[in-house]
Amino acid sequence: MAERVLEVSGLSAGYGPAEVLFGVALHLDRGEVAALMGRNGAGKSTTMKAIMGLLTPRAGSVRFAGQDIAGLAPYRIARLGLGYVPEDRRIFTDLSVMENLEVGRRAAPAGRAAWTAERLFEIFPNLAEMRHRRASAMSGGEQQMLTIARTLMGNPEAVLLDEPSEGLAPVIVEQMAEAVLRMKAEGIAVLVSEQDLDFAAAVADRALILEKGQVRWEGPIATLEADEDVRRTYLTV
Amino acid sequence: MELDFVLIQALSGLASASSLFVIASGLTIVFGVTRIVNFAHGSFYMLGAYAAVTIVPWLLEFDRSPTLFFAGVIASALVVGMLGVVMEVLLLRRIYKVPELFQLLATFGVVLIVQDLVLLAWGPVDIAGPRAPGLRHGVYILDQRFPAYELFLIFVGPAVLALLWLLMHRTRFGVLIRAATQDREMVGALGVNQAMLFTGTLFLGAALAGLGGALQIPRVSANAHMDLSVITEAFVVTVIGGMGSVPGAFLAALLIGLLQAFGVLVFPKITLVLAFLLMAVVLVVKPWGLLGKPDVASGRAVLPEGILDPRPLDRFGKVLAGVAVLALLALPLLDDYSVKVGTEVLIFALAAFSLNFLVGNGGIVSFGHAAYFGLGAYGAGMLVTKAGLSMEPALLAAPIAGGAAAALFGFFVVRLSGIYLAMLTMAFAQIAYAVVFQWVEVTGGDNGIVGVWPSRWAASREVYLYLTAALSIAAILFLTRVIRAPFGATLRAARDSAARADAIGIDVRTHRWLGFILAGAAAGLAGGLYAFSKGSIDPTLLSIPLSVDFLSMILLGGIQSVFGPLAGAAAFHAVKDQLMPLTDHWRLLLGLAIIAMVLAFPRGLAGLRRRAA
Repeated sequence: MAERVLEVSGLSAGYGPAEVLFGVALHLDRGEVAALMGRNGAGKSTTMKAIMGLLTPRAGSVRFAGQDIAGLAPYRIARLGLGYVPEDRRIFTDLSVMENLEVGRRAAPAGRAAWTAERLFEIFPNLAEMRHRRASAMSGGEQQMLTIARTLMGNPEAVLLDEPSEGLAPVIVEQMAEAVLRMKAEGIAVLVSEQDLDFAAAVADRALILEKGQVRWEGPIATLEADEDVRRTYLTV
Repeated sequence: MELDFVLIQALSGLASASSLFVIASGLTIVFGVTRIVNFAHGSFYMLGAYAAVTIVPWLLEFDRSPTLFFAGVIASALVVGMLGVVMEVLLLRRIYKVPELFQLLATFGVVLIVQDLVLLAWGPVDIAGPRAPGLRHGVYILDQRFPAYELFLIFVGPAVLALLWLLMHRTRFGVLIRAATQDREMVGALGVNQAMLFTGTLFLGAALAGLGGALQIPRVSANAHMDLSVITEAFVVTVIGGMGSVPGAFLAALLIGLLQAFGVLVFPKITLVLAFLLMAVVLVVKPWGLLGKPDVASGRAVLPEGILDPRPLDRFGKVLAGVAVLALLALPLLDDYSVKVGTEVLIFALAAFSLNFLVGNGGIVSFGHAAYFGLGAYGAGMLVTKAGLSMEPALLAAPIAGGAAAALFGFFVVRLSGIYLAMLTMAFAQIAYAVVFQWVEVTGGDNGIVGVWPSRWAASREVYLYLTAALSIAAILFLTRVIRAPFGATLRAARDSAARADAIGIDVRTHRWLGFILAGAAAGLAGGLYAFSKGSIDPTLLSIPLSVDFLSMILLGGIQSVFGPLAGAAAFHAVKDQLMPLTDHWRLLLGLAIIAMVLAFPRGLAGLRRRAA
């Protein structure tokens, strides 16, 4: 069996009186890309925030790299090697590209080559041309590249990637897909939340479908592509 | 004006601008990262001065060299920086997530504590510092003598600005501070331990305040009033510059320094008023300050939950209220002292109720409510002593004075929200205080005015108690009617969401302005009643500590309830009246009590915050 990097079970979380997650269970194996799918409001972003500690889980366990991380501060979780790319990007707009990368920089675990700005610029050539530009002067697509690059600077073992293709031009979406595949090639496990089946199919091995705060379907992405019924039940609007 | 005179005036303006910037830069950096407006920043400034008048003379014993003088100044700044670390670890760390009102109060608690500790450590007498070796002479510029030390100060501000720029752009710590100023949660999600970052920031901020204080010792003696006077100016600078913006603070300090240097020629006594006018104009044109950003201040809970359910009292409440009123009326059966305390409790109850009308019902956190109380007192008192009128028209004038001041100040106040609003109310209160304090010919200055006595028929303590009871209770009942009227509901709607209220066609600004005026008038009436109960008035009636007393009363009583503030006022005043004569360290106790009150609120606030997140 493949090595589990991340294992979530019975995860419940919400905002104030509003419950959003009702016992989410999922896992991520080393080096795999899994797509977390589901309609708007199904709980994809909330799941990621709860795993990352940005939202305190109300129940359930979250294990990462062999440790129970539920309830830990986000910075501790990040230091264990879990990266997070938020859906609204949350770029530091007052900072330059290089400074944004600096905020994300952390030493690599022993025995692994660290990500450097130069290596990241190979994946995102656009960024190389604007390394001293203020992030507020970048386009949405460029900001999306920067937010991924910033997280990779922390040399994570696994990355939670929240809706990387949302609102981007098709040519940029293609670059995002390439970036995810490149992460996979580097041995990084990626949980990517996505509404677009084409994007998911291009990058992921496996799909999980969230509906009303629970994982309702799980299987190889090829099966999902073939199964019209499942798609109609959980994905199409 | 001669050219040389203008030049000298400009240079002294630049020197004070420079000093002001050093202090304000620390305040704005701390706010940017922690989002806490640190009242105790003025205390750090004061501690810097006291540390310097202790350390520097000791060092100069070895050798009267400039090197040792400045080594002492730097050492003082570092010592104060460490005190900033202590404050972060012991207090701030626990209150990052509570509403802003509580944060302001908690840091004000630190101000009170430090005031008493400074008196304990250094005594009540001002301590003059040594002058700087090597900079004691005058420099001749266009035949005008200008002190060399002032000239040196002019360069300190830009030097600090340059060093801060290097720190912010060339070091990892600085980059992290700038990132955290924008989105501290994301910085945490990238693996940065915010606790370390915040502690470092407090060290930097407090050290800058300490440096500002230490650099002042050749100019002013270290004294126990330095904290509140400088914090007001530093607040004005950071608000004008935009909270969180260091270059903005520099720009604002320059503007204010020059404005005061030249303003003093035109209006010698009201330079503070000029600074305030500048602030009012800037905030109306640019509500987030010259170089500020709206995202820095918005999206935070200013308040814990306010009044939710303004229904009439249930039977138990009615009985309780009836018993309380009867007990007050029966006080003359006891002794004179009880009558005096009862009268004061009624007056403070009205003041606290009017404040909670703003805070709990309107979501308008006024940090300067004492201004309207005090102006009501002065309005009534001066009519009696200066214009020779009797008590009755003077008591009528008190709410008019309070309401008029609230109309003037409120016009600007209601244009803002959140922390900017709170700071503006406080700045206005400080302006009113400064005017009353400085305009000695009219107001009697620090000594105030004596001989504010009631008319003959109300001269006995008992009759005056009944008069106070009648007017206070009538005013409270009137405000209660307003809270329950559609007007009160509209204020609550605007409190819960100004944008949504706006979207359904409510003129939020005008409603808030009217509410502000009403509360100011009620506070003014309370002030007028207070003046006649004491027989005298003095500037402390407008001071920040009294504003904080009012806030403590409503927090103690509970701002969620309509009548809670009345109980809070009674409890607070009774305890204060009993304890104050027994201790020399009332401020220390009050400061600790305020902090304890803020820390003891955890559950309710946590729930509120989760909803706001």
